[in-house]
Amino acid sequence: MAHLDPRDFKANARAALADRQLSDALSRMSAGLVPKRADAVAALPEFDALRDRAREIKDHTLANLDHYLEVFEANCQATGGQVHWCGTADEARSRILEICRAADARTVTKGKSMVGEELHLNPFFERHGITPVETDLGEYIVQLADEVPSHIVAPAIHKTKEQVSDLFERHHGGPRQEEPEAIIGEAREVLRQRFLDADVGITGANYLVAETGSSVIVTNEGNGDLTQILPKVHVVIASIEKIVPTLEDATTILRLLARSATGQPFSAYTTFSTGPKRADDLDGPEAYHVILLDNGRSAMLGTEFQDMLRCIRCGACMNHCPVYQSVGGHAYGTVYVGPMGSVLSPALVGLETTKHLPNASTFCGRCEAVCPMRIPLPRMLRAWRERAHESGQTTVAERRGLRLWAWFARRPALYGPGARLAARALAWLGRDKGRLARLPFAAGWTGGRDLPAPEGRTFQEQWRKDADGIRTGRS
Amino acid sequence: MPTASARVGHERRFRKRRGPGPGSRRRAPRARCGALTDDAKRELDQRLAAHPRNLQPAVARESDAARILERFVQAAEAADVTVARLSSADAVPEAVAGYLQSHNLPPRLRLSPGAESYPWERVPLVETSRGAARGEDRVALTPALAGVAETGSLVLESGPDKPTALNFLPEHHVVTLRASELVASPEDVWDRLRAAAGGGSLPRTVNLITGPSRTGDIELTIHLGAHGPRALHVLLIEDQG
Ligand code: SF4
Repeated sequence: MAHLDPRDFKANARAALADRQLSDALSRMSAGLVPKRADAVAALPEFDALRDRAREIKDHTLANLDHYLEVFEANCQATGGQVHWCGTADEARSRILEICRAADARTVTKGKSMVGEELHLNPFFERHGITPVETDLGEYIVQLADEVPSHIVAPAIHKTKEQVSDLFERHHGGPRQEEPEAIIGEAREVLRQRFLDADVGITGANYLVAETGSSVIVTNEGNGDLTQILPKVHVVIASIEKIVPTLEDATTILRLLARSATGQPFSAYTTFSTGPKRADDLDGPEAYHVILLDNGRSAMLGTEFQDMLRCIRCGACMNHCPVYQSVGGHAYGTVYVGPMGSVLSPALVGLETTKHLPNASTFCGRCEAVCPMRIPLPRMLRAWRERAHESGQTTVAERRGLRLWAWFARRPALYGPGARLAARALAWLGRDKGRLARLPFAAGWTGGRDLPAPEGRTFQEQWRKDADGIRTGRS
Repeated sequence: MPTASARVGHERRFRKRRGPGPGSRRRAPRARCGALTDDAKRELDQRLAAHPRNLQPAVARESDAARILERFVQAAEAADVTVARLSSADAVPEAVAGYLQSHNLPPRLRLSPGAESYPWERVPLVETSRGAARGEDRVALTPALAGVAETGSLVLESGPDKPTALNFLPEHHVVTLRASELVASPEDVWDRLRAAAGGGSLPRTVNLITGPSRTGDIELTIHLGAHGPRALHVLLIEDQG
């Protein structure tokens, strides 16, 4: 599959909206995950207090990031682990390749990792004659389909059961399985041998714990554990903001993660890995490497985008986002999708190619309302819009429109009557349904959505009326 | 040795700190400017050494043993774990034999070498062997270090006689757990592990296992037994501590 480009977000979104299978899959997602999260949150009275505490922990960590990373490094090395500081994706890929070459690796199993996607590791391995095998079922499906994940937690959320059946039949040589149990059983059989054969296992990390030098993964399938225990070498790929000071700090955030992601109180497997196997252990990897990836993150520190580094990749913001719910993840054309992706991607890959993404928002605020780490996503989307505007990356029409509005807004004598006239004209145009399907001069806006017709009065008029009402005690 | 900030890409900018951006006008700066003072460093090291507990939910602060046990069973069952309560460790072999039979499994069992010696002679038809996991093992029995009431999790650590793959490769995972090893919260487990490490490092692997393996990757419906065990069975030995 040709991977989509964020520069084509509008066209991608249009195509996605016309895709019936995709819209079925996405409505299943919101019908399933939204109430599950709500129930899980309602069952923990301390949830909001834990969110506040988790935010403090991360803010404290980010304020002292360099120190905690160095403590992590020292403690990891003390247990025989190796830490590799990588400023860029290129550096990270070369270190990983060196490690694989040193282990004479032919096959590499991979646990689910968004940093792995960010590094585009699979095509990289293939170019260097190493076979990468995704072991998370969703990632495996996406790999067979030659696609990329469309969700940071559920990579194959866009695929229907029938599509998976087709895919497995084609790649595993049949017979075709229709039932989910049989499909999962087939993947289990095929991947079992891959786990046993792999030379290197690569996992991501939900956290790195400075105090103990450990990496932590949280999974439901157990694939991440088989990936790290069976091969000779375990490589952890983690971005620098995954660090937390202590086991207690990790625990606080764990109480939020699964509830926000899947509505579970706790995921099936939470695993703390510290160094390589000890001399007399019966199993486990002989070598343990941690790739610490920066790739644009430290440049976010001290800016209005720093709060984004608190993200724990739970996916709640996309599950609740009306834009994501309509177009899915692929339309974004970036590794990280949904509201968190629209904030993070411009920081990681530049605003030039991603300037449409901060506009893929209705500013309804649901993402911020559900974010366990209380990340002010709408504020940061607005900040990217401002930056796009400042650097002249908005379209001529947008700039002209805003200039025109500014000219009027500075002239109240004209603005009031002008806005009144416009509001009444729009109300008249939309008088039948209360909505406008098309608007002259704004086809780009109404092509994909209806504009609710104003009720005939401007905000200023209503304000004046209500204010009068309040003063005279009438409303 | 270069500092962390110099080694991580552009972290220098973090030190210089740019002027406040549009969104941060009214906020106090949160990223530190400049290098850590010795006092600040001491404070951070003290926090690490003291590893204070953060806010814990009420269930995580439970101290009554009966309620901890009740909560553990309830949380584990909610995570699709089956729990059998035994009055003594001697009852383990018969309980395992019954489990194998009721699940139509062949009478073969792979034991973690770290499992206590139970009176297996009571079930002569069950063939037991000890060691690390092999591809063909269908049922494994491993001992838990602890159980966490808040989450219903089993805590299993690696060690010279405790191979980790046994927790993941077989289809059925049977875990023995003494009721006296139940704790309220993960924080209680960390304290025990720190005490056991005596200033050294954690075991290579510490697993918190909360239910059998599962996946929601096919149309978001949950199915058990993705890569790890399809079933997780706990033999809870109520040994009165
Ligand atoms: S931004 Fe918040 S809600 Fe979205 S993935 Fe990150 S932590 Fe979860």
